[in-house]
Amino acid sequence: MLRKQFPAMLGMMLISNAPFANAGGDPVRGEALYESRCIACHSIDANRGGPAHKGVYGRKAGSVSDYSYSDALRMSKIVWDEQTLDRWLTNPEQSIPGQRMGYSVPEVADRADLIAYLRLRSGK
Amino acid sequence: MTTSENSMVPSRRSFLGNTAKITLSATAIALLAGKESLAQISSKSMSQDVNILNVALGLEHEAINAYQLGAQSGLLQKAVLDVAVKFQGDHKAHRDALIATIQKLGGTPVAEKKLDDYAMALKADMLKSQADVLDLAARLELGATNAYLGVIPSFKDTGLAKVAARLAADETMHWTILNNALGRPLPAKALSFGA
Repeated sequence: MLRKQFPAMLGMMLISNAPFANAGGDPVRGEALYESRCIACHSIDANRGGPAHKGVYGRKAGSVSDYSYSDALRMSKIVWDEQTLDRWLTNPEQSIPGQRMGYSVPEVADRADLIAYLRLRSGK
Repeated sequence: MTTSENSMVPSRRSFLGNTAKITLSATAIALLAGKESLAQISSKSMSQDVNILNVALGLEHEAINAYQLGAQSGLLQKAVLDVAVKFQGDHKAHRDALIATIQKLGGTPVAEKKLDDYAMALKADMLKSQADVLDLAARLELGATNAYLGVIPSFKDTGLAKVAARLAADETMHWTILNNALGRPLPAKALSFGA
């Protein structure tokens, strides 16, 4: 029994230890990054080129009612949290193929800070 | 189109192989240069490029309307208004080039929204002075600069990547003028854009 479960357990351990932008991000720096990198398309309170980010942390992807998402994002089962946001910001197309965002955030620390800011603005 | 620009297309074309190809009559770089070139690209790659171009088009629609809101606000001095109208004209040129490119790639250009929609999204009712208008414009121009620089690696077509760089250059010029008009200092460090 244990032998059968071990590969799966090991896989989960490896996944849980995989490097990703974690909760240690700095929301103050994240706000500055948001202002410089995300503001072209996004706002916290309003849908623009991209959807509003208020409440994004903990929200199902593609679920802002008055924003026109790609089919890929709308039909995804993803809920935005530390790991899903980190994967998304690292490579949106790899995270959800067929989505429309061409922008990525290659640096781990930048992603962590942005996620910390989005989480703060989501009241989480 | 220069030899160096042309040389990048066949190598990628060869790499992609012969599957799922469609004819690409001109890239945006050719459009902006006033020249045409033939290339072939996979439909999936092209679709991704069209998606990025449509996001860019959305930025340009918004920029045009932001300057319209500023121009209509009655808050701008004549000299500043003239510059705002000039910048709006640049964004209209960007818009037209992007629409033509998206259409040539077989995509559907994203539509412009109503001015009131942009006014609401940009909180135009909060603009109370010329400085407020310039600050909004500067924020959008800087955002656009960084967005264009940020999407360059995502383009499958290197000609389109060059177009994004040229658009970023225009936005940087706009931001620099606006920043100066606001009396703000230049960036303290080099390589501040796109970082």
